Amino acid sequence: MKHDIIEKNVGLMAVLILVVISFGGLAEIVPLFFQKYTTEPVEGLEPISALELEGRDVYIREGCYVCHSQQIRPFRAETERYGHYSVAGEFVYDHTFQWGSKRTGPDLARVGGRYSDDWHYAHLHNPRDVVPESIMPAYPWLNYATLDGSNTATKLERLRMLGVPYTDEDIAGAADAVRGKTEMDALVAYLQQLGTVLQDR
Amino acid sequence: MNSSPLAMSGFWSLWISVITLGVIAFCWWLLYGNRKTDKAPSASGEVETTGHAADGIEEYDNPLPRWWFIMFVITIVFGLVYLVLYPGLGSYKGVLGWTAHSQWEEEVAEAREEYAPIFQNYAQISVEELAQDPEAMQVADRLYQNNCAICHGSSARGGYGFPNLTDDNWMYGGEPAQIRQTIIWGRNGNMVAYQNILGEEGIENMANYVLSLSGQEHDADKAAEAAPQFQAQCVACHGPNAKGAAAQGLPDIGAPDLTDDYWLYQQPGQELKASIVQTLTHGRNGHMPAQAGYLDVGVDLPSDLRSKSQDELAELLPKVHLVTAYIYSLSNQ
Repeated sequence: MKHDIIEKNVGLMAVLILVVISFGGLAEIVPLFFQKYTTEPVEGLEPISALELEGRDVYIREGCYVCHSQQIRPFRAETERYGHYSVAGEFVYDHTFQWGSKRTGPDLARVGGRYSDDWHYAHLHNPRDVVPESIMPAYPWLNYATLDGSNTATKLERLRMLGVPYTDEDIAGAADAVRGKTEMDALVAYLQQLGTVLQDR
Repeated sequence: MNSSPLAMSGFWSLWISVITLGVIAFCWWLLYGNRKTDKAPSASGEVETTGHAADGIEEYDNPLPRWWFIMFVITIVFGLVYLVLYPGLGSYKGVLGWTAHSQWEEEVAEAREEYAPIFQNYAQISVEELAQDPEAMQVADRLYQNNCAICHGSSARGGYGFPNLTDDNWMYGGEPAQIRQTIIWGRNGNMVAYQNILGEEGIENMANYVLSLSGQEHDADKAAEAAPQFQAQCVACHGPNAKGAAAQGLPDIGAPDLTDDYWLYQQPGQELKASIVQTLTHGRNGHMPAQAGYLDVGVDLPSDLRSKSQDELAELLPKVHLVTAYIYSLSNQ
């Protein structure tokens, strides 16, 4: 047996371990970067608006993804409750995607349009006001934080560098589109467009 | 080239297949290469050690135990069989032709076969009759709790901005056909803001007038001041006697009856007049989203849905029918 060679050369062992581990990624992940169904948007997908983008940043800042996933799996129990299962082409403009990994609250992949704007405002201000059994934290401060739009245009530009097709007008009008709105307005706008592109329910 | 959206180019298909099979072959080779040790046991049966010694503990240079070796072989065989049956090698579809989508379709079809007859039976029964059927109402209660309770509350008593469904106060009508219409298409209750039309003083007067309509405490002088304005601005929706749009035979407008003591937009702890001033100043935008697609999941709604009869709607959207009966039962017990 010649395992002596590997066992007695830590450097060689480390290199070989890296090679072994990388095989999984090379076969399972790398090909996805070049598949149409993961890189091409579904029909009708548009980049989200400046206000929705600010709302998305609030969503990330407040850690919504910790308790809410945005990914409906192809099981009947899920499609019955949430709507059509998620497909990769819905997320090509998401950087980073908000699929999440755990559901303490319900999945939000298709929450857009399901409840009224008023409901979202009331619910985010204090979830117990509309759902007495809820264990979700309240986010009342979003009502009082006003957006000044000072770096909204930069966010759109950076996303454009990553391949999101924002136009020059989108970027030029970004600051005006969000100035004076509250973080609550932005978050509700973001939530109300989630999953609305794929209408086949 | 395959036109399926999941089609994979020949290169990547080959890439995945070569890596997958190559790794399996490599494992096989590694396993067989280590099956026996170079060093034969001595005449007395003693196996040599590897020569390592740590704190006096030495290590025998034994080959892999037989049971362990066999288990490894089994995993390799399992892997190969799996790759034949299921789509693991690039664009190869597998003998079973399995896909996540087809598995989901099967699940949905099985459930439809099992549950659709139950709901179709209910669809044949009228809303009034169904509302008296305890078993049907138990099923409907589940649907209500999953889809409606989040706004209207688990006891259906509503809340600030969300109508109470247990009373006989209906903005959009409480007949089965009207309830069904509300559930299928949702409702938009839009009252414009009057701050620019009435001004601050005008709103103060109008609030007093609205209070007077239901016999609440109010300033009679201010109310009298606003009476002509009410006839000019408000009657189109709320009606000349302020009994609401439904009382005028226009339930689709949804403007509420102002002469009763039911206030949709009075916040808990808020003075009634303050809530009326708020409504007049900023308007209201009540919105109930259409529910047909959420209740009867996967039903293709025809473009002429609005021209269907009640019976046809019940058959097409049996869960909407059941929830209609449930809502109807809440105020018609």
